[in-house]
Amino acid sequence: MSVPRFWRKQIARYNLVGTHCKQCGEYFYPPRNMCPSCRREGEIEDFKFSGQGEVVTYTVIHAAAEGFEGQTPYVLAIVQLEEGPRLTTQIVGDAKDMSIGMKVSPVFRKLGQSGDRGMIYYGTKFVPA
Amino acid sequence: MREVAIIGVKNTIFGEQWDRSFRDLVVEAGVGAVKDAGITGEKIDSMFVGNMSGGQFVEQEHIGALIADYSGLAKNLHIPSTRVEAACASGGLALRQGIYSVASGMDDIVIAAGVEKMTDVPSAKASSALAAAADREWEGIMGATFPGLYAMIARMHMHKYGTTSEQLASAAVKNHQNGQFNPIAQYKNKITIESVLNSIMVADPLHIFDCSPITDGASAVILAPADIAHEYTDTPIYVKGTGQASDTLALHDRRDITTLDASVVAGKRAYEMARMGPEDIDLVEVHDCFTIAEICAIEDLGFAKKGEGGKVTFDGETAIGGRIPVNTSGGLKACGHPVGATGVKQAIEIVEQLRGEAGKRQVDGAEIGMTHNVGGSGATAVVHIFSRNR
Repeated sequence: MSVPRFWRKQIARYNLVGTHCKQCGEYFYPPRNMCPSCRREGEIEDFKFSGQGEVVTYTVIHAAAEGFEGQTPYVLAIVQLEEGPRLTTQIVGDAKDMSIGMKVSPVFRKLGQSGDRGMIYYGTKFVPA
Repeated sequence: MREVAIIGVKNTIFGEQWDRSFRDLVVEAGVGAVKDAGITGEKIDSMFVGNMSGGQFVEQEHIGALIADYSGLAKNLHIPSTRVEAACASGGLALRQGIYSVASGMDDIVIAAGVEKMTDVPSAKASSALAAAADREWEGIMGATFPGLYAMIARMHMHKYGTTSEQLASAAVKNHQNGQFNPIAQYKNKITIESVLNSIMVADPLHIFDCSPITDGASAVILAPADIAHEYTDTPIYVKGTGQASDTLALHDRRDITTLDASVVAGKRAYEMARMGPEDIDLVEVHDCFTIAEICAIEDLGFAKKGEGGKVTFDGETAIGGRIPVNTSGGLKACGHPVGATGVKQAIEIVEQLRGEAGKRQVDGAEIGMTHNVGGSGATAVVHIFSRNR
């Protein structure tokens, strides 16, 4: 992913900052600027999530995505944050310890980098709470 | 709105075709369909071509113009040609756009085609091109792959409904069983549940034999107003219903991980237009990009209760000769999955079945068939219903 494309969502990725619709009360992470329920009537503001959540579902990836070859096997999961929204992330830890419903907490981790000399991407992964 | 019929069809062989180019494939399908319909190029009013990622697979955009050109329809006839893209649902959507253009009265004779040339790049590059159908910024960046996303659907389905790996595998086994009788199929070998379970793990719980392959291929159909279809063929196949629906791009934003709401809604829209229900359908081609996708599809389209898709598949209800034959072509798993072509190929399988030309995989007495084509992990779905009778 290009540097500006990553950089412009850096705060959201580093600090789990998403959005909140003041009109209906729904929370969004990844952030959305248009509430799907209220649409133009919605009032969107930034919101920093606590990061506490639980595993909705997960998989152990053996055939890696491009750029993740050195990480296999890795655990990819959908995590539901306590405020409601769900996100796709990695769970750091042993695959055999994973289970649906497991409580998790956020950790700041390297996600990858562009080539040998390119920018390093950081973001939020999760660990068993 | 006018009724629409399919009057000509043609698939290329599906498989790894090192000696044939993107344009070779789509021209063969297009010319073959024109020949099957018994028309000439001058008759064609417009064309729609489904293609997911010419840009990434063959470094070529402007696909519509390329295809019109190499089909001999550009330089002298200047026939309008439009590319349609919705990831792996591109073919089904191109067909739907063709149906719209004939139904509206703007065009009479229309080509709807689909093409993908996926083996000109290494398989890692092909996988990352396919991954662009998911949310690059919020799924891809975390290391998500397509098998990974469907594996998370599978894990949830197992957790919620007790679906087993053996039940998932039975969809692949059945599709290989059907594929051996399809002359265009990429794989014509039979496989067993044991061989699926012993194949390497791609994304737990999905093994490589739970996954559809990387494929080169093209498919094309000719559409005409139903009122004049008999001028071209004795066996026109009528479009009775078409439905399309969107859902969130990312899997994590879905209402229910184990239901593709886009499939449910697209199916409902097609059923309503056709004034039919699941009980009226004699056979269906569903989007089995992974075995779990077939299980979800037959539930979402009303052929099995939610949670029972694995069981009915394992029990043989979706085999040829069963209650509702699913993927008689071999599906994406055995017939192959050239992503832009798949949605059109599904329609051709139904046409061949309803014409009674499906040979050893013929469903006896088939009169009404359905196709179901999905983009990404379920952000787009398109469903069509076809009938032998007007």
